[in-house]
Amino acid sequence: MDIFLQQLINGLVLGSVYALVALGYTMVYGILELINFAHGEITMMGAMVALAVIGALALAAPGLPGVLVLGAGLAVAIPVCVALGLLIERVAYRPLRHAPRLAPLITAIGVSIILQNIAMLIWGKQYIPFPAILPQARHTVYGASITNVQIAILLLATGIMLTLILVVRKTRLGRAMRATAQSRQVASLMGVDVNRVIAATFAIGSALAAVAGVMVSAYYGLAHYYMGFLLGLKAFSAAVLGGIGNLAGAMLGGLLLGLIESFGAGYIGDLTGGFLGSNYQDVFAFFVLITVLVFRPSGLLGVRGGERA
Amino acid sequence: MPSLCPTPPRWLAFSLLAAGLAALPFLVDAGLGRSWVRLLDLALLYAILALGLNIVVGYAGLLDLGYVAFYALGAYVYAWLSSPHFGLHLPFWAVLPLGASLAALFGVLLGAPTLRLRGDYLAIVTLGFGEIIRIFLNNLNAPVNITNGPQGINLIDPVRLGSFDLSQPHELLGYTFTSIHLTYYLFLLFTLGVIFISMRLEDSRIGRAWVAIREDEVAAAATGINTRNLKLLAFAMGATFGGLAGGLFASFQGFISPESFNLMESIMILCMIVLGGMGHIPGVIFGAVVLTLLPEALRYTGDWQRELFGRIYIDPADLRMLLFGLALVAVMLYRPAGLLPSTRRRREFADAQE
Repeated sequence: MDIFLQQLINGLVLGSVYALVALGYTMVYGILELINFAHGEITMMGAMVALAVIGALALAAPGLPGVLVLGAGLAVAIPVCVALGLLIERVAYRPLRHAPRLAPLITAIGVSIILQNIAMLIWGKQYIPFPAILPQARHTVYGASITNVQIAILLLATGIMLTLILVVRKTRLGRAMRATAQSRQVASLMGVDVNRVIAATFAIGSALAAVAGVMVSAYYGLAHYYMGFLLGLKAFSAAVLGGIGNLAGAMLGGLLLGLIESFGAGYIGDLTGGFLGSNYQDVFAFFVLITVLVFRPSGLLGVRGGERA
Repeated sequence: MPSLCPTPPRWLAFSLLAAGLAALPFLVDAGLGRSWVRLLDLALLYAILALGLNIVVGYAGLLDLGYVAFYALGAYVYAWLSSPHFGLHLPFWAVLPLGASLAALFGVLLGAPTLRLRGDYLAIVTLGFGEIIRIFLNNLNAPVNITNGPQGINLIDPVRLGSFDLSQPHELLGYTFTSIHLTYYLFLLFTLGVIFISMRLEDSRIGRAWVAIREDEVAAAATGINTRNLKLLAFAMGATFGGLAGGLFASFQGFISPESFNLMESIMILCMIVLGGMGHIPGVIFGAVVLTLLPEALRYTGDWQRELFGRIYIDPADLRMLLFGLALVAVMLYRPAGLLPSTRRRREFADAQE
């Protein structure tokens, strides 16, 4: 029972981070039908910038409370990531809006290679440790342990997601985003500034990515210039699992993927009689993903009928 | 009736091209050094891979991000059947078709469940298949050692045709043909074969049906095209070429490990065909050659820095991938349909611009 609960907690924490990154993918996809391949790298940049600020602050003012230092890191990382997201949209995607479908995919790959290498040139190839600024308190709930960092991640991620849903459902910007997602042309005929909406989408997605990047590096205790690749891949899989273009789908997909991974890691050995170890957890995750898509080709919450025109 | 200024006859153009291709490794060897001949071999290998993926993505319009899995299968089949790993040393001409057929079989196995998926959903499922295969290759060293895990398989037999060993230098008419020169000719032969098959496919009923599926699957099905079989055929044909390239790669390197078959490799092959010009054979080959040679050429940035600034500011090994990414973005921005697009795509793009 306690193993089950432990994996549940781990899965939910990891899943809520995946969900935050997946939201960035799915919002851009919903509006532009573009896989923003560089999104994972924006997450990495968020983690790296925040770590640089936190490291500098921890050196300059060692007495400062951890939450304040972390807040300062986020306060720098979020604007940097938003600026990066806007810049990428402007330079690499906007000129290609009427180009063949795969052309923006290739620029996205190019941009992600560029960001990776810029990060490598600035921060080097080594793993960067997350400074121990946060109190590492552990709580025990029915035999499973949960740390302060995990609780903070869960609460923060839930809060952000609820806010995002409110923004999309209730505000003028949200309505403009939904209209643009349905039809860019009709939305612009109704007086929606489509370019601004698309830019706002990239800005919001990048801000979420920055927060998620800081969460991941706090959770694992390190950051690396290559961390965005796998994280982005998983988050994108999560978005597809939930039904790409669908906000609730991205959240559901992210949480599910986190749970699948952690339960896969915990139970795969028992399930296969010890034949497959926990190093097959990614196989398990991809296997579930493929099975779901085979039976529901548009993802769990996606619109039936496949691609939207 | 002979005209006053005749265009050169086809046979002359062909023999000039043939002579050029035959002399190329020696010219490169003399001009740029031996390592570039090796790169030439690799460029041909990537041309085979890119042409294979081009069938799936370029002709049939199925976005496949797990293509490298077939490459890996071909390579591992070759390694299993002709290396000390299992103590088997079957001849090259027996192993290569086996690897290619196994890859084709997996192509169909992968294709079958994905027939209903479209666009980016297909992309993520193929990506998943690719990763699953790679993880299995990485971990199948226990309980039974099949793939030797992350260490990979070593001492793979080089190509041997009868008593003719490609790994040894041979003398012919006063010229020394070293192993990499001979490999070049072998790969060139296979590349030409793949080009020939691709060209014949392009103009066939099958090729036209693929294009119809790419443009509009529902309409294609309505005109009586068996979309299921043709999509499976596209996967199988693409996978065959991938498996073939894998076998050649294993014999060429003598060593393979799962590291060579990661997702980035699939993405690179996709970049080659999109950058070169999707669905257009010369474009795809051009893309493969450019993207294979570019990262190596960018190693010279160290020399440029020294000439410009008198010292090296950034290690060229670190700088070259950055420039590579910039080049990808720049090419796509200025030539969104690829460097050498087919006339059809150029027209489509011109329509879309209006």
